[in-house]
Amino acid sequence: MGLLEIAGLAKRFGAVPALVGLDLRVEAGEFLALLGGSGSGKSTLLRLIAGFEAPDAGSIRLGGQDLTAMPPHARPLNMMFQSYALFPHLSVGNNVGYGLRREGTPRAEREARVAEALAMVGMQELAGRMPHRLSGGQRQRVALARALVKRPKLLLLDEPLGALDANLRERTGFELRALQRRTGASFIMVTHDQQEALALADRVAVLEHGRLVQAGPPRAVYERPATRFVAGFLGAANVLEGAPDAAGGLDCPGLGSTLRAPASMPAGTTACALRPERIALGQPVGGANTASGVVEDLAFRGDDSLLLVRAAGGTLLRVSHAEEDGPPPAIGSTVTMGWEAAAVVPLAG
Amino acid sequence: MRRLGLCLGLAFLWLPVLLLAGYAFSDSRIPFQWGGFSLRWFQALAANERMLEAAFLSLRVAAGSATLAMLLGGATGWVLARRGPFAGRALFGALAGAPLVLPEVVTGLSLLLTFVMLQGLTGWPAERGATTILLAHATMGAAYVAVVVQARLAGMDGMLEEAARDLGATPATAFRTVTLPLMAPSLVAGWLLAFTLSLDDVVVASFVSGPAGTTLPMLVFSMLRLGLTPEVNALAVAILLLAFLAAGGAMLALWRRTEL
Amino acid sequence: MRRLQLLVPALWLAGFVALPLLVVLLLSIAQPGPGVPPFLLPFAWDGGLVLRPNWEPFGLLVADDYYVSAFLQSLWVAGGTAGLCLLLGFPMALGIARAKPHWRAPLLMAVLLPFWTGFLPRVGAWIGLLRDEGWVNGVLRGLGWIDAPLPLLYSDLALFLGMVHAYLPFAVLPLYASLSRLDLTLEEAASDLGATPATVFRTITLPLAAPGALAAFLLVFIPAAGEYVIPELLGPPEALLVGRALWQEFFQNRDWPVAAALAVALLAMLILPIRLFQRLEARR
Repeated sequence: MGLLEIAGLAKRFGAVPALVGLDLRVEAGEFLALLGGSGSGKSTLLRLIAGFEAPDAGSIRLGGQDLTAMPPHARPLNMMFQSYALFPHLSVGNNVGYGLRREGTPRAEREARVAEALAMVGMQELAGRMPHRLSGGQRQRVALARALVKRPKLLLLDEPLGALDANLRERTGFELRALQRRTGASFIMVTHDQQEALALADRVAVLEHGRLVQAGPPRAVYERPATRFVAGFLGAANVLEGAPDAAGGLDCPGLGSTLRAPASMPAGTTACALRPERIALGQPVGGANTASGVVEDLAFRGDDSLLLVRAAGGTLLRVSHAEEDGPPPAIGSTVTMGWEAAAVVPLAG
Repeated sequence: MRRLGLCLGLAFLWLPVLLLAGYAFSDSRIPFQWGGFSLRWFQALAANERMLEAAFLSLRVAAGSATLAMLLGGATGWVLARRGPFAGRALFGALAGAPLVLPEVVTGLSLLLTFVMLQGLTGWPAERGATTILLAHATMGAAYVAVVVQARLAGMDGMLEEAARDLGATPATAFRTVTLPLMAPSLVAGWLLAFTLSLDDVVVASFVSGPAGTTLPMLVFSMLRLGLTPEVNALAVAILLLAFLAAGGAMLALWRRTEL
Repeated sequence: MRRLQLLVPALWLAGFVALPLLVVLLLSIAQPGPGVPPFLLPFAWDGGLVLRPNWEPFGLLVADDYYVSAFLQSLWVAGGTAGLCLLLGFPMALGIARAKPHWRAPLLMAVLLPFWTGFLPRVGAWIGLLRDEGWVNGVLRGLGWIDAPLPLLYSDLALFLGMVHAYLPFAVLPLYASLSRLDLTLEEAASDLGATPATVFRTITLPLAAPGALAAFLLVFIPAAGEYVIPELLGPPEALLVGRALWQEFFQNRDWPVAAALAVALLAMLILPIRLFQRLEARR
């Protein structure tokens, strides 16, 4: 049995459905990333778990206990808010101690646990500061300490790195994961940043239009996207449209070639995903899984260059060219491309 | 150019007031004429029975109405800023803001007519005076308090109360430990604004008052109708000083805490 | 607790804002009567509901030049005051908005303090300044510019001085709000594109401040239209604005229905500016 079990959860705001019959399981000690665009329902899901919204249907169980009708203050889980929501009239120490106070924790124990939580995020010296005198990164740490001080089994994080500078994000991300391992709590993190989700989580769940479209370990979801949406959202794969041929491949007129996966295409397949970094340049053209095209544009990205190649059939392909493979072809030149069958991922929808 | 405009404007606003304040300390019998420094007109005020009575009534009404306005306006501002949609919200908002835009004569007349009708129907209020003025001023003051409170709460992260709930606070505890402390500066400012508003009002008080209730502004108004005397001058300056302190306090209360 | 927080203010608003407005409407079609209170309700219970509305007060307002001129004068004085406040307030608001940041709050306070302090003392100050033996006449005579005192008090000049003095802070606040929000890089962009400072002001600053200016105009116009005290204490006796007419009907003539009808008509005149103002505020 999972720590958190969500079954048939549905919520609509007026006529707009935010969640449509969602099932989700989170194991104890797991770091789950909820990934999706705006309006995908990921924030609604978080607010339903925290208890700030009531579902229209479905149930939420935590450690076997039904939370569905429980008010937020009674739920044994905590949340870190996107805006951090630090109480502006309370010092850092009192912010962190707020939840313990509500539990009636004795003063001595409270102070010890506040100090411990602040030490955990490296903020022990700033217990007396007021929130408006903290930097963005410090605020984030205080918010984290405040949410962890009650030792919840489940911590909800709403875009925890969203308000930080790019250079602070990576470091904080690593710290977040270290903290999760140390506390042993389950983390559910909402994010719209696919890199963040892939980098931090044990498991990624992609939401679209209030539905869970795919869930799994980051590598699996990245390499084998289930739908056009996931393929496009994670790492911007090429999505190639076509029609199945008699030999179990996918005939792509836009590519001017045929795609072939290791196994026959499932019946009804009309599109496949192909990652830019799986396409190799300078391969001999002929047969399935090869194509030729003209380089229309090129962007240098540091360790690789991104090429926009117009295939013979008219489709624009994104192709990654690694620096170690020498200088990229010039704009306007004709290139030949090839890829392994394992790189071709049939899409379900 | 801009600076010149600003200076001229400020001079226009402040010069008459400063002159009035200065000449209140003149010994001359003729107002706005310097006859040497003297406190004689303030002493004359202190000995004026009618004036003291009116001043006492005004302070009582102002303090009472400001307190009532703070409670009502605080609740109104909270409803407008924090409570989600409810049936009649638009009407509630329109009525809450109405006293701000209604001409004073209309507010005064409408409240008086209501008091008269209520008296005819229920026997209450038995007589018009301190109580009716207090209620009228509280109605006007509450509208100002509501605006200040609403603005303050609107500037605050709406997630704060949710964060408190998440950390184990019941709705009542979240209100007491988070919302109320955040509202506090605006409540203090609102109280002081309502207090000065009450202390400054002639029109509404004249309508809703009865023969027994003459507030200080009503007295000053009836005296000013006959022109300015050194005594009224001194009285005006006393009122000015009180209102000045209250308004300054209100602005400080809001200003000092804006960094939160 | 939550329910109480809504219920108490809602009941208050119903009893002390909504009900009074309905009562004024009701009274404006009541019969004047000799008793105490001096009116008869426009309906009665006599075995059944008997309606006896009296439309005379409203007829009077339309037909009698006395009232028509009161409304026209109110429009003129309120409009003039609002226009003057705008002219005077704009450079002030601009001056504050463009002052160094640490100066803005004290300057704004200097403008707003008079708004919250002693309306009557300020009117009193103008009496002291403008009357025949007053400060202004004294100074002019001291300079030898005049022999006999100028009749400054109880004139249109005194009326407008008092009105503008009282309502100027109302105009500066919304003007400042819109000017301080104005992105300074817009003006820089305009001068980068070849606009002279005067052109920048005319084509960028002024149009962008226009909603604030309209709000400022209305914020002065609305209360000024019903003003009673300043015309009474500073204006000429013939400056019979609506507020003053209403006051006289009520206190001197004890004609409550006509006073109520005047209040209703004043509200009707102001409903458009009020709605417009609320629309402007809501758009922020």
